[in-house]
Amino acid sequence: MKVLLALLLVLAAALPARAQDAFLANLPRLGAGFGEQAAAAEELGAAGDPRALPVLQALSDGRLLRRADGSLLIQSVPGQAVEAVSGTAADPAGAETVRINNRVRAALRVALGRLQIVANDPEARLTAVQGVLRSRSASDIPILETALARETVPRIRAQIELALAASRLAADNPDVKRAAIAGLAANGSDTARSILLESRAANPALSDEIAAAVASIDRTLALRRAAETLFQGLSLGSVLLLAALGLAVTFGVMGVINMAHGEFVMLGAYTTFLVQQACRDIPWLLPWSLPLSVPAAFLVAAAVGAIMERGLIRHLYGRPLETLLMTFGVGMMIQQAVRIAFGAQNREVLSPSWMQGTLTLPGGVMVTQNRLWIIVFGIAVLLLVMAAIRFTRFGLEMRAVVQNRRIAATMGIRTGRVDALTFAFGSGIAGMAGVALSQIDNVSPNLGTGYIVDSFMVVVFGGVGSLAGTLVGAFTLGIVNKVLEPYAGAVLAKVAVLVGIMLFIQRRPKGLFALKGRAADS
Amino acid sequence: MKGNSLYLDGVSVVFDGFRALNNLSLIVEPGEMRAVIGPNGAGKTTMMDVITGKTRPTAGTVRFGDHDLTRMDEASIANLGIGRKFQKPTVFDALTVFENLELALKAPRGTLAALHWRLGTEAHEKIDETLSEIGLTAGAQDLAGILSHGQRQWLEIGMLLMQDPQLLLVDEPVAGMTDQETEHTAALLRRIAGTRSVVVVEHDLEFVRALGRKVTVLHEGTVLSEGPIDQVQGDPRVIEVYLGR
Amino acid sequence: MAPRRRPYTTAALGAALLLLALVPVLNGLPDTHALHVSDFIVSIVGKWICYAILALAIDIAWGYAGILSLGHGAFFALGGYAMGMHLMRRIGDRGVYGHPVLPDFMVFLGYPELPWYWLGFDNFPFAMAMALLVPGALAGLVGWLAFRSRITGVYFSIITQAMTYALMLAFFRNDMGFGGNNGFTDFKDLLGVPLNTRAARAGLFYAALVSLALCLLICAYVVKSKLGRVLVAVRDAESRVRFLGYNVTSYKLFVFVLSAMISGLAGALYVPLVGIINPGEFSPGNSIEAVIWVAVGGRGTLGGALLGAFSVNAVKTWLTSFAPDFWPFVLGGLFVAVTLFLPKGLVGLLRRRGG
Repeated sequence: MKVLLALLLVLAAALPARAQDAFLANLPRLGAGFGEQAAAAEELGAAGDPRALPVLQALSDGRLLRRADGSLLIQSVPGQAVEAVSGTAADPAGAETVRINNRVRAALRVALGRLQIVANDPEARLTAVQGVLRSRSASDIPILETALARETVPRIRAQIELALAASRLAADNPDVKRAAIAGLAANGSDTARSILLESRAANPALSDEIAAAVASIDRTLALRRAAETLFQGLSLGSVLLLAALGLAVTFGVMGVINMAHGEFVMLGAYTTFLVQQACRDIPWLLPWSLPLSVPAAFLVAAAVGAIMERGLIRHLYGRPLETLLMTFGVGMMIQQAVRIAFGAQNREVLSPSWMQGTLTLPGGVMVTQNRLWIIVFGIAVLLLVMAAIRFTRFGLEMRAVVQNRRIAATMGIRTGRVDALTFAFGSGIAGMAGVALSQIDNVSPNLGTGYIVDSFMVVVFGGVGSLAGTLVGAFTLGIVNKVLEPYAGAVLAKVAVLVGIMLFIQRRPKGLFALKGRAADS
Repeated sequence: MKGNSLYLDGVSVVFDGFRALNNLSLIVEPGEMRAVIGPNGAGKTTMMDVITGKTRPTAGTVRFGDHDLTRMDEASIANLGIGRKFQKPTVFDALTVFENLELALKAPRGTLAALHWRLGTEAHEKIDETLSEIGLTAGAQDLAGILSHGQRQWLEIGMLLMQDPQLLLVDEPVAGMTDQETEHTAALLRRIAGTRSVVVVEHDLEFVRALGRKVTVLHEGTVLSEGPIDQVQGDPRVIEVYLGR
Repeated sequence: MAPRRRPYTTAALGAALLLLALVPVLNGLPDTHALHVSDFIVSIVGKWICYAILALAIDIAWGYAGILSLGHGAFFALGGYAMGMHLMRRIGDRGVYGHPVLPDFMVFLGYPELPWYWLGFDNFPFAMAMALLVPGALAGLVGWLAFRSRITGVYFSIITQAMTYALMLAFFRNDMGFGGNNGFTDFKDLLGVPLNTRAARAGLFYAALVSLALCLLICAYVVKSKLGRVLVAVRDAESRVRFLGYNVTSYKLFVFVLSAMISGLAGALYVPLVGIINPGEFSPGNSIEAVIWVAVGGRGTLGGALLGAFSVNAVKTWLTSFAPDFWPFVLGGLFVAVTLFLPKGLVGLLRRRGG
């Protein structure tokens, strides 16, 4: 029985050895003369055996040692080594470093590149493919074909396909070349474009095809760039929308200018942080801490808003400039209180796994998941606010008080309560904006300060008192900002947008969606 | 009688699809006093706004003599000699009665002129004259903010006198006044009217009858009827508008 | 015709200015003398004088004409930058890199030559003129755009806040040529006098004090003229003023530009006193803090602006020396308390007490 087992073990060990005899055969040659070394490296690379990888890597790094008997060791750190053949630990004493020259180095580079394509680590494979892509030789075709057959990760597959097309373009057969050009055109990336451009000189006969392919890539790239800019603009716009929606209610509907609005956003972000802390010890709840934060942030900010309205703001109705100064003071105090309670440093709010990562849309458009969720969230909040104003009893009372306070009061509406609720509502929306911002910005006491100016610009641009204006305003500013950014840089784009708004309100002082006529005068 | 005539032709004002004025035409001759009446929302105030440059007409011509008023702003129109008295009296509360009149006094309106302006004897006399005319001599150094409603109306009329306009637009001058105040106001207006064109917008038909001049009836932004008060009051269309449908 | 003369106020203001003039004199006394004041006090009071000039500027726009700018810190900072550019040019080859023309930061950032907009700043009168004209021109542009399209009240406040915010972002950039987020510092001398000497401090102090007195006279002349009364009228009933035939836009523009130039002067005086200017001066918080000085003192009175600037800053200096964390609460509380309980500020309180 024992004998049988031993026999099986021997067989099991021998089987791969037989299959990889190229590896075993070539291994000793790595310790021989430069010519032998280069030839062995080439053959090992072509064989595509993953076990050759550490050995070649060690040779390339100057960590391959040779004992007097010719057997090879791989040195990990000085004083420690393993056998190149088996990977078992060995004593490096007495072994000397195997030297290489430039010719061997070049052969190693190619071989390593080919070998890494089949490595287990996807990142290593990706790096390897990119290395092969740089060399662009027809001799890579078979190995790339093999790699493509085994590859399962889509983004690596795309890279292999690209490398394959590039290598085929270097082949002799014009038909293979044509197929490669078509493949590169279909790939549509910047790299494909530059490969095509570089191949023009070597392939004068195919210049028409290449030119057509480049033109087609240019169109794809322009479209993709436009789509990505649009997405970034929408994403920035939805952040602005979230930050400005609350203002649209407090400023637009109530006429109260709340400079502490940014601090309500900040409170929302800190609530998100606290909810996450609370969920930390309950593993099944942790992924849901962010959705849980939404109502929590709404309630916290709304409560602070209600207290502020009842305690302070209502004494200043009809005095907008005083309200502005007073709320700024309150904002300053809230910010300092948070700074003392939580410290001035950034607090980390984690994104749940379902919000992480990048999504590749058809056509190679890359979008980050959390930005996508913020767009969805922003629009959802807008719809909720619109529904609340249009369909609820509270919304009806709010509209009544806005239109005619005295008549609303005579109809039995408690206007004071409506004021407090409206302000709390607007503040709560700011709190929800804070939940979204915690995903893309640092949660720090001055989080809100950076958004307050932009939010006011959105409301002024869109037209005070119009939610549709806020939506259009936010997305317009977001997109314009992102369109300008590549030309002017982020800061100057922002400055340009501010100047643009100044000029815009020359023509339409009341914003895009202005109320006209008598209603606008009051 | 020298002066310009006010000429409105085919004037329309549209707010968000709502026609506040609809093809309105009106001529006021120099020195004429005209009463404009009409129910709420007939476009009386909008008409005033168009004449004084507060609202730009969507279509139509507005001229004062040779001047195209649709191309001018409020200040230039005021400087042409068109004065306006608002329905709700607006005087400058933080200034004294005297200072209110001083600001209204016909004098260079430029910033530098104002910076170096000194009150001359002639101007001082003119202000004193007006003060006594509006019965506020004693309170000349009081802040306008402490005046009663009637006093504010008179101060505003006094300011119009200081402006010395050729055309005066008066919006509901007696609304919210006591009978006594109304009487005083009517007397003041008659005195002002003397050499100027005056357009009085009023709700109160009795007050208009007392003026005894040509009447224009506005309805839904257009002229419904025009003529002496008796003729207008007999017009079946006017009766329908006023007495309801 | 000035019916509401207040001789006591004028006398009190004069006395206060004279008292301030004593500060550098007392600084010159021997250290052991009972009335000796430290160098620190001289520069801190000098700073407050600059703040008082800024408060005066805000007051003539806000208190009299009702134009609440939340961007006056930008005019102040622009004046400061103009002075800073002069001081940087005067460093000459004494910088760390010893370049004869380029300031250190330009050598560091690899500027081949002086940008065109730095030319002329080695000349003191030119730099001073720019300290007034650049803020004036910016105010003229922003004011013209805003006032002609009838942007008033909080809208104007928001626009001006956006203006200073945009300038802050721009000045933080290295490629603007204004030293990025470090701004300018390490100044050597002004008009040949080394800056960190007692004589220079006293000189700067008196320059600020004389400027304050001059600005006070100019502002008093303006607000007591008919123009000042038109501004008050604009504040209270803008459209009525138009119907009287006044071009409201040009009146507002006049006072706004004047106010910006005074702010620029304040900034130019401030920079050599504190020895640094950086983009933080543009931060919207600075502008709004200056507004609260005026509110605390009492807007619509020139003395109130000065009183507010000195009192709030005195409390700030005192409090931040031992409880800096507490200061934002006090400042925030001031915003709330003044708007709710003291709409006329300290001056209103004094007047009520005085009957």
